[in-house]
Amino acid sequence: MSMYSWGNNLYSGKTSYPLIQKRMYWFSAAIALVLVSLISFATITPNLGIEFRGGSQFTVSGTAVTDLKPATDVVTKIGKDSAPRVTNVGSDTIRVQTGQLSDQETQKVRAELASAYKVSETEVTSTFIGPSWGADIMSKAIRAMIVFMVIVSLIMTIYFRSWAIAVGAMGALLHDFIVTLGVYWIGGFEITPATVIGLLTIMGYSLYDTVVVFDKVRENTVELRGQNDMTYEESANLAINQTLIRSLNTSITGLLPVMSVLFVGVYLLGADTLRDLALVMFVGMILSTLSSIFLAAPFAVALGMRNDAVKEHTAAVLKMRSESRDKAANLASTDENSGNIESSHVRSKSGAKKRKKK
Amino acid sequence: MSHSSHAAVKPKLYKPLVALCVLIVALVGALAYGTLTTHKNRFTPDLALDLEGGTQIILTPVATDGRDVTADDVSQAIEIIRQRVDASGVAEAEINSQGGSNIVVGLPGNPSKETLNLVRTSAVLRMRPVLAIMQSQKLDAAAIAQAMKTAGKKLVAGTDKAMTPEDIKKNIAALADINGDGKISDAPEKKPADPSDTAWITEKTTQDMYLLECGSQAAQLAATGDDPKKALVACDATGTTKYILGPAEVEGGQITQATSGPALNAQGTPSGGYAVNMEFNSEGSKAFADSTARISQLQSPRNQFSIVLDGKVLSAPVPSGRISGGAQITGSFTAPEAAALANQLSFGSLPLNFQVQSEEQISATLGTDQLQSGLIAGLIGLLIIVAYMVWQYHALGVVSVISILLSTGLSYFVISLLSWAMGYRLSMAGVLGMIVSIGVTADSFIVYFERIRDEIRDGRTVPGAIQHGWLRARRTIIVSDAVNLLASIVLYILTVGSVRGFAFTLGITTVLDLIVVMMFTYPLMHYLGRTKFFGEGKPYSGLNTAKLEGPALYQGRGRVRSFEPKKKARAGVTGLEDRALSADEYPDERFVSDHSTAKKTSRLERRDGESLAQLRARERRQQRQAAKGEN
Repeated sequence: MSMYSWGNNLYSGKTSYPLIQKRMYWFSAAIALVLVSLISFATITPNLGIEFRGGSQFTVSGTAVTDLKPATDVVTKIGKDSAPRVTNVGSDTIRVQTGQLSDQETQKVRAELASAYKVSETEVTSTFIGPSWGADIMSKAIRAMIVFMVIVSLIMTIYFRSWAIAVGAMGALLHDFIVTLGVYWIGGFEITPATVIGLLTIMGYSLYDTVVVFDKVRENTVELRGQNDMTYEESANLAINQTLIRSLNTSITGLLPVMSVLFVGVYLLGADTLRDLALVMFVGMILSTLSSIFLAAPFAVALGMRNDAVKEHTAAVLKMRSESRDKAANLASTDENSGNIESSHVRSKSGAKKRKKK
Repeated sequence: MSHSSHAAVKPKLYKPLVALCVLIVALVGALAYGTLTTHKNRFTPDLALDLEGGTQIILTPVATDGRDVTADDVSQAIEIIRQRVDASGVAEAEINSQGGSNIVVGLPGNPSKETLNLVRTSAVLRMRPVLAIMQSQKLDAAAIAQAMKTAGKKLVAGTDKAMTPEDIKKNIAALADINGDGKISDAPEKKPADPSDTAWITEKTTQDMYLLECGSQAAQLAATGDDPKKALVACDATGTTKYILGPAEVEGGQITQATSGPALNAQGTPSGGYAVNMEFNSEGSKAFADSTARISQLQSPRNQFSIVLDGKVLSAPVPSGRISGGAQITGSFTAPEAAALANQLSFGSLPLNFQVQSEEQISATLGTDQLQSGLIAGLIGLLIIVAYMVWQYHALGVVSVISILLSTGLSYFVISLLSWAMGYRLSMAGVLGMIVSIGVTADSFIVYFERIRDEIRDGRTVPGAIQHGWLRARRTIIVSDAVNLLASIVLYILTVGSVRGFAFTLGITTVLDLIVVMMFTYPLMHYLGRTKFFGEGKPYSGLNTAKLEGPALYQGRGRVRSFEPKKKARAGVTGLEDRALSADEYPDERFVSDHSTAKKTSRLERRDGESLAQLRARERRQQRQAAKGEN
């Protein structure tokens, strides 16, 4: 099916996925994922980066020697750390992480690493990180996140004139956060400040998507009471379907640069920051797209359906529908050729001008 | 122009285009001006240390007395560090506060260990009694010989006319070796009676005194790590006098307030000149009273107490007698001098320690590698997005690619401008922010293009869809960009380290995305909508009207959608011609609304299989032919 006809069918409702109707499935799946993540937080020790553990890190770049043993030897000789973490990053970079070293020890390790890997000492980068640095970043990140969520909730409530939508968006956002972290806990990926950046970026991204989907839901349901063809649930579902291609395309274009960063970070060059950030954004962006379609919108719509006016309207539509079905059944039994649809089929004439001809 | 009716309602869209051009010219002009006047290429932003190489230290000031560190404390701490770094001669050091509680010190190149120590240690202000004074002068052979003669000793190397630096060192060692045992001892000969006792002057102190070169980096360093329980050798602020000082009697933390103002006499009237006033806490007040009571009884130079900050003697006033409570220092101060001293006293009174959060030494090669891989990643990302947009939106994709390039280019120039004007430095996280934002920029075009397609599906002509789609998409784009911008601002304000660089570029590109979409893409689309290719929805225009079918009237399972497009849009839109076709433009009975009798057939069930869009295309063809015929 071409993109055009798929888009046409989604727009018209010919192809329509029961996203809202089947919300209990999505909610169950999301709750299950969140639970699994929460259990993993409690049971699995995360792979925290050096920023959270504290310690010293050395990066030897541009070396032809890729053997890890010399690095281990250099560090064990210092005697501070019997089990340094030595890893290959990219093709020509060695990363060595040790416990906290003093200034003299750092100088010594730097010099010895340089000679062991036959590079000049300026090619050896050393980093010392206090044990509370990562925790500091984390607490600031959490504070930033809470402030952001409060402000955005207010803005969304004002913009959409409905708190239900803000609740749906925030629920989806929290889900994205928890599950993304869960992936990190379970997958054993290293959590670094770059991961935290990525996580925080996702919050903007997740809401971007949610806002666009909701905007369409609102557009479709704003004149709900003026018509009796569709229930609130149905028109909201149509809205989500109508924005499906857009959601898909924005997710893909959002992911493309992230994927290229991930690719370059992992395969071509040993760029830590690149890889850490791209990985978390990759996971988080996929989740946030899914959650804005499957969680945020259905959740907000479900909340919206509890509104008395909406309930009344739904009941009225369903009543009319069953009546017309009865009527159609009656008609069909009497006259097989007659139309089976009863509808108000009016095109507005106001505002439309006659096409002028030259 | 085939659509003459457009002229009447056309918004003046060349204006934003012109404004955008002016903006670009102004931006490039400013950078060119900067390049010419500062003799430095301003078209590229300055790089942060992680890309340029250097050392970055992140410090958190911690109050030693357990109170909360205020923003004011942080800015004072920054001032202290800046003074120290400047004194150590490191050029282009970057010292900033981040997130309200951290201090980031960036030192380019490969700074010495001493310089790093200077940054890491906290400022110390202490008051010590003066034990001895010596004029600071160059140590040459004559001066050494004279000093040896005064001390009643013989030269151990060289002559009184010529000495090598090695000879000078040897002679000084001999000079300092008071008991003549050939060793330089660091312990007082006998137990000193009080802090003003000259017994504090050890052989080591004497040697240091001679060797100290005021104004050198070594002098600063030697004095910074002073021990309050021992004597100290220090220079005054101007570097003309050297002091040997007794152990500390009052600590900076015991000063509660330091102010400056016109000096007042006992009657409370100005006596001309300026004074610095100090207030102490109870402990400090007592210590200061005891000290001044003792010192004021002594002979010069021991009748002075010194105020030492970071190993530099700020002031060495002579107390008139026992001073209890507040103290006033008067002298030949000018107003700014008095203010500066008061300021330094307040700095020094901050009971702060610096906790090193992270210290990074980044080699320039690694930085270049990182930047290179970032740029490669960005380029790959851009290329794939270009390919994807062109595949999905054909000619429209090209429009979006131009827009993305425009906004990316503008972000780059804006960042260069901020780098020049504000000292912003582009870090790896900043580069990442720019790469990631390419996707965000593409998002707004997708929102708009999908909207245009929806409007066409709703039965509008292409130019009408471009206008109406914009009115709808604009709102969505503004709100979602606002969410992104808000996220960047919150991140920037509330976080530290690399998160900030990321938030900063993301914020800039979000704003520029909005500017480009509003001032470039939409006006461009408007004009493109009047061309034959786009306006008539030719294949590969991205708006293939023949393929964009209208909505089904019948939606199955007894649901029917009212085919009445956008009542609200129509009511809310003024000045724009509604290009939706009204029913009477279609003299086709299938479209004529009739509530009861006419047979309603959904388009899906239409026997001839002609969609609304196809019908319209056919109609337009006929119309064109008709117009040709008339001409």
